[in-house]
Amino acid sequence: MPDSLPLLEVVDLQTHFRTPDGINRAVDGVSFTVKAGETLAVVGESGCGKSVTAMSLLRLVPEPPGKIAGRILFQGRDLLALTEREMKAIRGKELSMIFQEPMTSLNPVLTIGFQLRETLRLHEKVDRRTAERRAIELLDLVGIPESRRRMSEYPHQLSGGMRQRVMIAIALACSPKLLIADEPTTALDVTIQAQILDLMTDLKRRIGAAIVLITHDLGVVAEVAERVMVMYAGRKVEEAPVADLFRAPKHPYTQGLLGAVPRLGASLLDAESKLLEIPGVVPSLKQRIVGCVFAGRCPHATDICREAMPALDVKAPNHIAACHHAATEPAAA
Amino acid sequence: MVAYIARRVLAIIPVMAVVAMFVFLLLYLSPGDPAVVIAGDQATPEDVEKIRQGLGLDRPFFVRFAEWIWQIVHFDLGTSIFTGQPVSTLIAQRIEPTLSLMVITLLFAVITSIPLGILAAWKAGAWLDRIIMTFAVFGFSVPVFVVGYVLAYVFALELDWLPVQGYSPIAQGIGHWLEGLLLPAATLGCVYIALIARTTRTAVLEVLRQDYIRTARAKGVGQIATLFLHALKNAAVPVVTVIGIGVALLIGGAVVTESVFAIPGLGRLTVDAILRRDYPVIQSLVLLFSLVYVLVNLAVDLLYTVVDPRIRY
Amino acid sequence: MIFVALFAPILGTVDPTAIAARLRTREPSALHWFGTDMLGRDLYSRVLYGARVSLIVGFSVAALSSIGGLAIGLFSGFFRAMDAVVMRVMDGIMSIPSILLAVALMALTRGSVGNVIIAITIAETPRVSRLVRGVVLSLREQAYVDAAITCGTRTPVIVLKHILPNALASIIVQATYVCASAMITEAILSFIGAGTPPFIPSWGNIMAEGRALWQVKFYIVLFPAIFLSMTVLAVNLLGDGLRDALDPRMTKAA
Repeated sequence: MPDSLPLLEVVDLQTHFRTPDGINRAVDGVSFTVKAGETLAVVGESGCGKSVTAMSLLRLVPEPPGKIAGRILFQGRDLLALTEREMKAIRGKELSMIFQEPMTSLNPVLTIGFQLRETLRLHEKVDRRTAERRAIELLDLVGIPESRRRMSEYPHQLSGGMRQRVMIAIALACSPKLLIADEPTTALDVTIQAQILDLMTDLKRRIGAAIVLITHDLGVVAEVAERVMVMYAGRKVEEAPVADLFRAPKHPYTQGLLGAVPRLGASLLDAESKLLEIPGVVPSLKQRIVGCVFAGRCPHATDICREAMPALDVKAPNHIAACHHAATEPAAA
Repeated sequence: MVAYIARRVLAIIPVMAVVAMFVFLLLYLSPGDPAVVIAGDQATPEDVEKIRQGLGLDRPFFVRFAEWIWQIVHFDLGTSIFTGQPVSTLIAQRIEPTLSLMVITLLFAVITSIPLGILAAWKAGAWLDRIIMTFAVFGFSVPVFVVGYVLAYVFALELDWLPVQGYSPIAQGIGHWLEGLLLPAATLGCVYIALIARTTRTAVLEVLRQDYIRTARAKGVGQIATLFLHALKNAAVPVVTVIGIGVALLIGGAVVTESVFAIPGLGRLTVDAILRRDYPVIQSLVLLFSLVYVLVNLAVDLLYTVVDPRIRY
Repeated sequence: MIFVALFAPILGTVDPTAIAARLRTREPSALHWFGTDMLGRDLYSRVLYGARVSLIVGFSVAALSSIGGLAIGLFSGFFRAMDAVVMRVMDGIMSIPSILLAVALMALTRGSVGNVIIAITIAETPRVSRLVRGVVLSLREQAYVDAAITCGTRTPVIVLKHILPNALASIIVQATYVCASAMITEAILSFIGAGTPPFIPSWGNIMAEGRALWQVKFYIVLFPAIFLSMTVLAVNLLGDGLRDALDPRMTKAA
């Protein structure tokens, strides 16, 4: 594959759910690309469509009631045009996923060894003994002590951090080209979080996989990602290299998100560095939103914001944002 | 683990004691004096009294109970009032057809009902699910003997595919044996299948919502393997439980099914014994069936630890 | 079905016990809608009267075993000292398959509708008492019951005011299932000749009589069978409906 072609190109992804009281537009026209070996972070509040985007990439959204439209080009092939059988061959091999809840994401009645071997044997025609050996290597790789003994243990015998390591081992078993990590550290203790992130960046470098990291934790983003995409109410509102985004966020929502991060050493009494919160909540996705999705909560909103949907424009090199006022009203931060 | 098994086995004792007490009461309270029956029409009151003392019928309740238990433990189940044969002999003669029927039904039911339940859970809400669940409600509602007659009418009388009635011992060829048991097993299995299918559906449906099912799909595990391996093994505890509890239905149903299909088994023996008021036989059969039921459920309890590694006692 | 049972004497065309030797085992016709049995009795009327027996047995057993189960369940759920003993006894009774238990009890007594009801009630009560006990035990842990105990409310008051209303929904649902299963058990008992005495037309009896002739006169078995199955089905569906409506805890996963 030539370097110029992106590994993953998502074009106008729409994932809608039919519910008894209307259609829920969980993801509404999102486009982005991921180059081989890069880490893209997808950030936003809960309920903004991050996880659904991730699930849609693997076509794991239950259909019906869900419906995925648009194009998901992975290594040049449109995943949405594949049969279930072809999709099955890609899942876990070239495109794999780590989930948020390590406590519940492993099957409680199957051994760690079985769950690791299963992936290996599904995608690579290896015999039982080879699978066993490679599974032990994988456990060593993700830093699980006494890997041989762990093979015959069940998930409930491991701690949360250990389980997430097992999940990573399973996800990386077949050296995927792209790893989707949906809030991989949210459910873990802070100290464990750092370890897991280090492990992921380390392994990414070794295997050369690209990562789509879904998170609401901007600290994590700053640490591991190269580019950031900000989502709000099922839409993409801003995308930029990490450094640019943190230095000069263009979209008021991104500015709000950054303002809501506590800074070390800042006193709560100090009015200047007081934690900013974004007033209001994410709008219901069941009505079609006219205009800018953030208009209802935006401090800078004017009439045009409520009437016309802003286009994603280039506001600076490699930096795009969907805001009518972003160019004329640069970030205050 | 050993301690757990020991505890479970010990827990049977009080339960069986209650059953034994009940069964003994049955005999104790039974109308009619066995001494009068044995003595015959020409007996004088003195003769009857002599026989009564000979049988030990004049002694206190608890003495008789203890003695009776002592006999049972030594496999002495008494003699049939009607035929005069030892009850253990009667049971031994009749056990093969009933055992065959129950085992075939159990296998048949488990093999059909679990896939049906899984299918219904997978297609929850779709027409396939509705059809299976409608069948399940019917299975609960239509009495065993009605199912038996309808099946016999259609497959034996009208279509003439299978024998209408009777039992062919296993010694006379497996083919005939199986052929004769097919309709009775389908009849007896009906309620049982409905029960297991319904429980499987509910349990699997619950499991399918879990995160690890999503993980399995994300790994590239196919639909079938996800359902039958990842989901079923997690749903196994309620399913296995209901298979055990449902054995009571099989036992009760066997009594009726054997009547419908004229199978000379323990069920027939039960019906005959009731019609003849042959209390020692009734007593022994109730005791035997209850013991089987309790042992099956003990086996189920022990299976839990195999099926679900989280259960540790 | 209740309607049919109540108005059986009006709806019936012919006296159900009237014997007409000439009209034996007639196929269904305009006069005898469901045909006649081997004694020439009108099957349609017999089936209608049979509805009475089934419904009486079903409702009585449901009511009696609910009351019995409630009493035993509340008792052992609240007086922990007795719990183990009572529950072992219940376990013992439950480990005798219920049809067998009812059959054995019937063997002790004369066949009559009353005795059938008692026998089936004894077989069904332990299940209800288990259910009630379970509800009581889970409710006892609830904060408001704890609060009531702490406040010194007397036990009977707690039972009546706090436990009973909460247990009621589950019991009503359970009662409908008991009703359905009692009707089946009655039919089975009558069918094997250990239930309702033969002179009273019950669905089980009609089928038992039809048994000898079922290979040639299938309709004698068929009509009561259809009625019985439909009635039980209706009660079971009622139970499912009630469960979904009344008892969120037992609602099946959607």
